[in-house]
Amino acid sequence: MADETKKKPVDEITGVETTGHTWDGIEELNNPLPRWWLWTFYGTVVWGLIYTILFPAWPLVSSATSGLLGYSTRAEVAEEIAAVETANQALVSELATIELASLSQNEPLERFAVSAGASVFANNCSQCHGSGAAGAQAAGYPNLLDDDWLWGGTIDEIAYTVRHGIRNETDPDARWSEMPAFGDILSTEEIGQVVAYVQSLSGGDHDAALAEAGATIFLDQCSACHGEDGTGMTDLGAPNLTDAIWLYGGSEERLTETITYSRFGVMPPWGERLGDAQVNAVAAYVHQLGGGEETVAE
Amino acid sequence: MTDQDTPLYAPREPIFPRRVTGWFRTFKWWIMAVTLGIYYLTPWIRWDRGPNLPDQAVLVDLANRRFYFFWIEIWPHEFYFVAGLLIMAGLGLFLFTSALGRVWCGYTCPQTVWTDLFILVERWIEGDRNARIRLHRQEMDGRKIRLRATKYLVWLLIAIATGGAWVFYFTDAPQLAVDLVTFDAHPVAYATIGILTATTFIFGGFMREQVCIYMCPWPRIQGAMMDSDTLTVGYRDWRGEPRGKHRKGARAAATAQAATAYAVPEEDLPEGPDHGRPISTHGGTAEVQPLGDCIDCMACVNVCPMGIDIRDGQQMECITCALCIDACDDVMAKIGKPRGLIDYLALSDEPRERAGNAPRPIWHHVLRPRTILYTAIYALIGIGLVVALFVRQPIDMTVSPVRNPTYVTLSDGSVRNIYDVRLRNMAGEDKPFHLSLVSDEILRIDLEGTAERNVVVPANETLLQRVYVTARAQDPAAEMDRVEFRFWVEDLTSQDRAFVDTVFNGRGTE
Repeated sequence: MADETKKKPVDEITGVETTGHTWDGIEELNNPLPRWWLWTFYGTVVWGLIYTILFPAWPLVSSATSGLLGYSTRAEVAEEIAAVETANQALVSELATIELASLSQNEPLERFAVSAGASVFANNCSQCHGSGAAGAQAAGYPNLLDDDWLWGGTIDEIAYTVRHGIRNETDPDARWSEMPAFGDILSTEEIGQVVAYVQSLSGGDHDAALAEAGATIFLDQCSACHGEDGTGMTDLGAPNLTDAIWLYGGSEERLTETITYSRFGVMPPWGERLGDAQVNAVAAYVHQLGGGEETVAE
Repeated sequence: MTDQDTPLYAPREPIFPRRVTGWFRTFKWWIMAVTLGIYYLTPWIRWDRGPNLPDQAVLVDLANRRFYFFWIEIWPHEFYFVAGLLIMAGLGLFLFTSALGRVWCGYTCPQTVWTDLFILVERWIEGDRNARIRLHRQEMDGRKIRLRATKYLVWLLIAIATGGAWVFYFTDAPQLAVDLVTFDAHPVAYATIGILTATTFIFGGFMREQVCIYMCPWPRIQGAMMDSDTLTVGYRDWRGEPRGKHRKGARAAATAQAATAYAVPEEDLPEGPDHGRPISTHGGTAEVQPLGDCIDCMACVNVCPMGIDIRDGQQMECITCALCIDACDDVMAKIGKPRGLIDYLALSDEPRERAGNAPRPIWHHVLRPRTILYTAIYALIGIGLVVALFVRQPIDMTVSPVRNPTYVTLSDGSVRNIYDVRLRNMAGEDKPFHLSLVSDEILRIDLEGTAERNVVVPANETLLQRVYVTARAQDPAAEMDRVEFRFWVEDLTSQDRAFVDTVFNGRGTE
């Protein structure tokens, strides 16, 4: 390397020029790359330069060059979404205004609503009700797969609940009811009697003597909302106490907690956030999960 | 760049195959007509499948994920048919290669067929071998430009037709033809035509034998599949050598006294040929071996589309197109020798033939354990596919148990499981299906959205039906861990039935 004009050494055996690099007596032959390879390589370099000018490429401090063609994957996605939305426009506007009770007569729209509703549910509802809509008893998030409905299980009632929510201050039309905390009203002993009676209503294990005493208290304190027979009242969101389903759990411990401190399950209103079409879609989805009630003709 | 003497890459030697006639050439014309005919015309065959389905006999409907082949309709879940056909195609190549050598390359490979077609066009426009060589060597002038331009134009038209025919397999051909002309077709169609036009034009017009020699892996693979009983195109050098141009007297003498060395007068010696070995004249004595049948006319070399000399023995370049056989037979007939100096032969016959015996019959070479085994496997898979085609369920049901949650308690204490049941209706009309279940335990089946247990699946669609299976609180299944049961589906129009086994989860031991 010291003398640039000096010719590179030539390997004796092959007669090929070497690079002059030697490792442990092994010399590197200076075989040139095939010309097609070299030109392909130059071609890719040129192509790469042109590409970075035409397309977003070079990073800058807070952004990157946007490229002469103005291409952006984000814009492309937005375009695709817009295209899908345009394609669905007719169905969506029909869904937004349809009489929900008649949805089952319109099969293509119903299929669209159910699959759209599944996405709406996954995005907005599954956080509390679970991805499989099975709810969470420990926190009092109702299971939407069963046939027990606190506020009614027809598609219209479900849509109302979704649109306005439950016990929230945001929406004046929200479903509202409030169970008193009976810890302030009843003695611990009396509460124990009511718990036993409530357990007896659904045929669970209970102390018969306590339950008998609890029956009177239930009639005085609870029947106004839960009904004399304990079957509840959907207008008030008062649960049916005679069935096998417990919103917060049916053990003695959980029932004592519920009666002593009361429960105040809240659901936000979704009407403004989702809009009519999505509310209707998610109502249609929830309605077909397994417990949807038929709309009774008036 | 470097001052090396020999370049790393040799430029292509242009090849000008001469016209040839004969049995193999005729056979190849027929194969070309049939294969090209199939390729270009198949998309235009119509096949009535009813109002809702396409009426194209062979259609790869990628958008709807269907493959139509005359009366057969393949859905994506039946892709194993395609896999089976590909395996059969592979085995078929094994079979044909081990028995007959590179017949695929020589007769039916698209590269061979289209190159053959392009050479034919070339000959029509520019003339036969000698005219083409002259044209190649001459300076560019008006005539050369005209001939070249005409040739390229015709090639291009063929290439466009080739690329164009391909896209017709993927959508309704008549409609697409109209769309293509009115520029309403999808850009992908134009891009595909463009790419295939370019490859056809370049591969058939310019790259030709280089595709086989440098690009295609098949010659290497085939080399490993052949053995000494495989029929290949070969030169009987024991009959042809020493080659040389015969003079009338020399030939007569050579054939008459083949066994003894024969001296001919100086002036009767064959002239030194342009190619090949000079005739031996050792030690100054005018002693000459009797000549073989090969008159070194170069006919076999001139007709070869691969540009090789078959007399040098088997070569990777040889695609066994057999044109040299035709060329040589023609010459042998002219000089009054038996045909077959160049012929299909098996290497294992060489010792016998050298010893003067007749070669064994062809069936002797073709029928051997290896080819019989290939045929057997090929036939087994073929029969298997045909059986699968005929016994395939006209009803297709898949059942996915919904396990989120594993079960649901209903208000009356009963336990319910949910199943996503997918029913495929592969017929061209709506079909009613009846769902039921069979179990040792008491279970009840209900369908979402209907009080009945019947559903109608629209023509050519898959329906997702949510199905509920319920065990009453008082029944054992409600408290059991797992209950195995069987879903049955019945096509109410044809009474065909199908089942799927699955599991019901009770409350279990939790």
